[in-house]
Amino acid sequence: MTVLAVSGLSVEFTTEGGTLQALRDVSFEVPERKIVGVVGESGCGKSTLINAILGLLADNGHVSAGEILFEGAQELTTLDPTSMRALRGERISTVFQDPMGALNPVLSVGRQMVNVQYRSGRSKAEKTARAVEMLQKVRIPDAEKAVNRYPHEFSGGMKQRIAIAMALMMEPALLIADEPTTALDATLEVATIELLKELQEEIGCSVLFISHHLGVIAELCDEVIVMYAGEVVERGDVRDIFNDPRHPYAHRLLDCDPARQKGLVRHLPTIPGEIPDLRARPEGCIFRPRCHRAEARCTETPPEIVVSPGHMARCWVAEVPERAEAAR
Amino acid sequence: MLNYAIKRLGLAVVIVSVAMTLLFSMIYLIPGDPASVALGPRATPEMVAALRARMGLDQPVWVQFWNFYSGAWTGDLGIEVLSNRPVLTVVMEQLPFTLALIAGGITWSVALGIPLGCMAAVRRGSFADRLVGVLSVAVIAVPSFVVAIYALLIFAVALQWLPAIGAGEPGDLGDQLTHLILPSLAVGLGWVGYIARMVRASMLEVLEASHIRTARAFGLPERQITYRYALSIAILPTVTLLGIGIGQMLSSAVFAEIVFARPGIGKLVYDAILTRNYPLVTGAVLVTTVLFVVINVIADLIIGALDPRVRSGF
Ligand SMILES: Nc1ncnc2c1ncn2[C@@H]1O[C@H](COP(=O)(O)OP(=O)(O)OP(=O)(O)O)[C@@H](O)[C@H]1O
Ligand SMILES: [Mg+2]
Repeated sequence: MTVLAVSGLSVEFTTEGGTLQALRDVSFEVPERKIVGVVGESGCGKSTLINAILGLLADNGHVSAGEILFEGAQELTTLDPTSMRALRGERISTVFQDPMGALNPVLSVGRQMVNVQYRSGRSKAEKTARAVEMLQKVRIPDAEKAVNRYPHEFSGGMKQRIAIAMALMMEPALLIADEPTTALDATLEVATIELLKELQEEIGCSVLFISHHLGVIAELCDEVIVMYAGEVVERGDVRDIFNDPRHPYAHRLLDCDPARQKGLVRHLPTIPGEIPDLRARPEGCIFRPRCHRAEARCTETPPEIVVSPGHMARCWVAEVPERAEAAR
Repeated sequence: MLNYAIKRLGLAVVIVSVAMTLLFSMIYLIPGDPASVALGPRATPEMVAALRARMGLDQPVWVQFWNFYSGAWTGDLGIEVLSNRPVLTVVMEQLPFTLALIAGGITWSVALGIPLGCMAAVRRGSFADRLVGVLSVAVIAVPSFVVAIYALLIFAVALQWLPAIGAGEPGDLGDQLTHLILPSLAVGLGWVGYIARMVRASMLEVLEASHIRTARAFGLPERQITYRYALSIAILPTVTLLGIGIGQMLSSAVFAEIVFARPGIGKLVYDAILTRNYPLVTGAVLVTTVLFVVINVIADLIIGALDPRVRSGF
């Protein structure tokens, strides 16, 4: 079963400089018990995508087209606010990027974890016991005492584990993680990723995992979505994307990953040019101004080309892999 | 906690010492001899000399200062010359009236200012928000004695809803409270504006914080988010502001006590200045300085109770 099916989703923000289309025609699916990664440069619309799913877009933003189907039954873009709120924290929960600021500084950790369970019908003691149990699961030492402590008494890594514990406490069907490890150092990042994977398997939820870090995506995810300027340019199985990227942007993005450089390089490769102004999207392919493979037909909006089953790229030249072209 | 107490106590000693030095120099520099003023024009030079000796005015300045300084720390603020009673006793008799007035002023400002500021922040940009904004600035701009006079004219004289003068029958709590309503409104009204502005600004800031987004992402009820998750943080600067603002409230209390002919420290100081009853002036001002310090400690303790981050720093 598909836990989350997003199709044709477009999101617009009204700004002083005009309407900004932050997402355009975004489609993808999150299958049951799978971890789907989302990669893309800063500003490509990753957080907007999450907020659209959660129904938490800023006041100046709205969904202008498309739908978000949750567990095959509920259409989130038209769901009334009360039912939407009932899903949040219960069936869909979220871990945000900033572990330092994600917990309320004046409420104890236990209190916050108890508050989250307010719909469960459990007694206060049961809620506290559940909170302790979750803290133990994320390996917070001395969990019985930890529930009475306040966020500032924990380290960054611990806070992020507490945030994960809180998110998984209600055993949601979908966990959304917006760059949950970006603020952590490398060793903590690995440990947190392993923990997340372990808990995901135990609970059996799906995860939509957003990250800048390609290494983490490769390690953790089953499927990957590559986003550029508010569009999904390529998506597919993690192995397909990493071994055989077809969209020139995805290709460049992988080339730019420092971890994938062979040998010592003096300069890290970059993608020339800048993200287009989302208030005035160019006609045709969004990546065309920066693309070294651009052709005449790229001035028309490219179709989504199926490279292999489950592997899609929105590019006119996607059928020909770059390496093959270079060899020709 | 021990660290905090020591720091606070040290600061209190410094503040009170500075206040004492200023007061002493002021009284010493002002022309006119307190003893001859106290005794009136028909006193003989012998009588004046005797009183000067009793008040210690015949001693060198530094001895006078030392007597004043060391006496004050033990609660000996001298003798009030007109009634021949200890200054501290006279001041302490009046203190409860002023404390009640200030407590009333704080109650008005908190009870109106916090909900108004909260509502303005939650409904930012709405008509209600703008109305609260305009009214806040208006009540901040109006001096408290003007509020006092208008409150008196409207509610006591024209409508006759509330009593005009005095502090009420001693022992009759209800009567005392009705006598407190108008003067405390005069003291607190400007603060309704300050607090509404302050709470609105800090609420807007806190509502943007990522932990509020987390709370929303967990589907918590909006009411709980506003009051439990946001307001409990947004309130902190207001508590500090109130602690510091006590000084200003004390000076509004002077006007309110005069306009409403209420007993209290303000009225006491006012009368004492008119009669050049200097020991009483110094004593009353010193007691209010100590009051200021104490109220700021209380404000700190309240913040400590509300904010665990501050608490662990105590
Ligand atoms: N409330 C808003 N009003 C106007 N524009 C917005 C708003 N929120 C986001 N945007 C714009 O939408 C685009 C996508 O932003 P978003 O925050 O989703 O990017 P992101 O991929 O999450 O970036 P990052 O990796 O830096 O978090 C950006 O161009 C941003 O400026
Ligand atoms: Mg983001």
